[in-house]
Amino acid sequence: MHLHKYEKIWLLFGIGALLAFTITIGVSAFYMGNQPPSCLVTVDPANVDKTAPFDQPGLKQVGDKQYELVVVASAFNYDVGPNKVIQVPVGSTINFIGTTKDVVHGFEVAGSNANMMLEPGYINTVEATFNKPGKYTIVCNEYCGLGHHLMFATLEVIE
Amino acid sequence: MNPIASIDPKDAKLTMAHFYVAFISLFLGATAGLLQVLVRSGKVTLPAGIQYYQVLTVHGVLLALVLTTFFIIGFIFATQSKTAGTYTDGERRWGWIGYWMMTIGVAIAATFILLGEASVLYTMYAPLMAHPLHYIGLTLVVVGSWVCGFVVFHRHYRWKKENPGQVTPLLSYMGVMTMILWLVACLGLATTVLVQIIPWSLGLVPTIDVLISRTLFWYFGHPLVYFWLLPAYMAWYVIVPKVIGGKIFSDALARLSFVLFILFSIPVGFHHQLLEPGIDPFWKYLQVVLTFLVVIPSLMTAFALFATFEMRGRELGATGLMGWWRKMPWKDARFFAPFMGMVFFAAGGAGGLVNASHQLNQVVHNTIWVTGHFHLTVGTAVAMTFFGVTFWLVPSITGRKLTPKMNKLALIQTWLWSIGMVFMSGSMHAAGLLGAPRRSAFSTYAGNSDTLAWLPYQISQAVGGTILFLGAMLMVYIFVNLAFYAPKGEEEFPVGEVHDKAEKVPMVFENFKLWIAITFALVVFAYTIPFIDMIQNAPPGSPGWTTVIGRQ
Repeated sequence: MHLHKYEKIWLLFGIGALLAFTITIGVSAFYMGNQPPSCLVTVDPANVDKTAPFDQPGLKQVGDKQYELVVVASAFNYDVGPNKVIQVPVGSTINFIGTTKDVVHGFEVAGSNANMMLEPGYINTVEATFNKPGKYTIVCNEYCGLGHHLMFATLEVIE
Repeated sequence: MNPIASIDPKDAKLTMAHFYVAFISLFLGATAGLLQVLVRSGKVTLPAGIQYYQVLTVHGVLLALVLTTFFIIGFIFATQSKTAGTYTDGERRWGWIGYWMMTIGVAIAATFILLGEASVLYTMYAPLMAHPLHYIGLTLVVVGSWVCGFVVFHRHYRWKKENPGQVTPLLSYMGVMTMILWLVACLGLATTVLVQIIPWSLGLVPTIDVLISRTLFWYFGHPLVYFWLLPAYMAWYVIVPKVIGGKIFSDALARLSFVLFILFSIPVGFHHQLLEPGIDPFWKYLQVVLTFLVVIPSLMTAFALFATFEMRGRELGATGLMGWWRKMPWKDARFFAPFMGMVFFAAGGAGGLVNASHQLNQVVHNTIWVTGHFHLTVGTAVAMTFFGVTFWLVPSITGRKLTPKMNKLALIQTWLWSIGMVFMSGSMHAAGLLGAPRRSAFSTYAGNSDTLAWLPYQISQAVGGTILFLGAMLMVYIFVNLAFYAPKGEEEFPVGEVHDKAEKVPMVFENFKLWIAITFALVVFAYTIPFIDMIQNAPPGSPGWTTVIGRQ
């Protein structure tokens, strides 16, 4: 089938852009390790509270400026331990580890790249570094029922 | 003047029946949309008893599922009748059976939404559990649409038999391809609804595998958007060239792009699930690459459209690079509405690249950016093209005229929609980048400054949404006028002819079995291993959750 000369140029440009794009994304994913949250570990959704680490939700320091935040989501609450406001020093890297006890929830630290889905039966994890002080709101971004918009917690990054 | 209908009046009646449901849905769905933006502005609360998420379910189901499906099937029925010829009584009867299945299904599903038994939004993600009759109603809609699809296939097949060895009419071919896409896509939805969701909601099985249900849903969910888009492409490729007095750039390339859209729109559902656990990132990446392949038919389409515009402009004496611009019939709503749709689609496509990107998705996933995105694509490009089709199709098949006065209102309608959408979608995109979640009622959350910064954008969304509501009401008024009050007469059914210098159409495009086989091969390639993983490593299933959506 014949293509007009300009159309050939146009499509070559498009295919070139396509290759550049998918290679960039591929290098970022497989060479630099920038994969989306895709934890493959499962958990019994009916026994989340009895399963480690979710039997003790909350913040744990695991190294110098390295933290883990274990989160148990349920309609319409994030259990992030005894304090509803989590505090970490500026420059901290937090590995968020979450699951849900009931329906599907979102987990997003607004203003950061930490964003993942929490689905019953699965654990999910995402990591982010916080270099700017301030209060970051953790919001549910997947519809989970009538109180969806009331589901939040706060992460405070302090100097 | 005597009414002169452009297609068999019995076929016109079938199309109009679909359009009545579509425009009633527009009226109700747009009203729901207005309530949502007002609630989210924080200045309005709904009267007691009405839930924001119930209204949101109404909006999504009526506009994304009902309006689109009914309009598309009505449009394809009409184009099939026009280009392949009128239906037999038997075909038409099946068309009506499909129509009534869909309409009864909508009535059942809508009843349970209004009763507050189905506030699960139009994506109905398990384990939120609506009343079983809600799912059964929606199933009836889908099955009815399949019946309609087979009517379209049969009419096309009959034309082929009556005209052996000839290239089929382009619109008829495109209608068939659109319905093939729809049927193949629906296999995923049908599997999760019939095998998983309905037995579970009836209590026949205690639990559901959430990830498998979501994966089947998104196997359906992405080609769904191409089911919305391809009829708009039918109008762009075949109708718009005739409206501007030009020719179709190439029949063969138009068919090729439809083939590629079917191949590349189905094995790509994982790009909606990039942030989900339980799916290996390799397979996510593979589907991201397959997703981006639609760039090829998309660029081909853009080229063909602008080539048509330029060729027509030069015929009318335009010179230079952009001279054609001044020769286009800007005062003709049949052109202006779909043209504005194309402009918005370019922006929507660029945003779509962000959404489908393996890493960037994390910034925007489930934020209101995504809502802004699909209000540009389905809510503007597709909707405005459908409006642009309505302006001529309704009078054309009912033996009426699009009067200059109605044309003027149609131009105003296009402007209202465009301006409203710039405000609403623009501020949705901006707020989404700041992290504002989609599908959420008004909330100040913890009162932190980051979430409070979203509020001005929500006011702007309410301004845009209100203008859009006015545009929708004007559209309903124009539809009612064209269907019942416009003067009797004859209105053109514009079907473009192919440019004389265009290539002959290779017969391989007519080989539907080949394209369906390649589609399935790609699906098997992209989904088999991840599916086996999901089944082998499945966690314990989830019971249904009803109280969270306000059910007993």
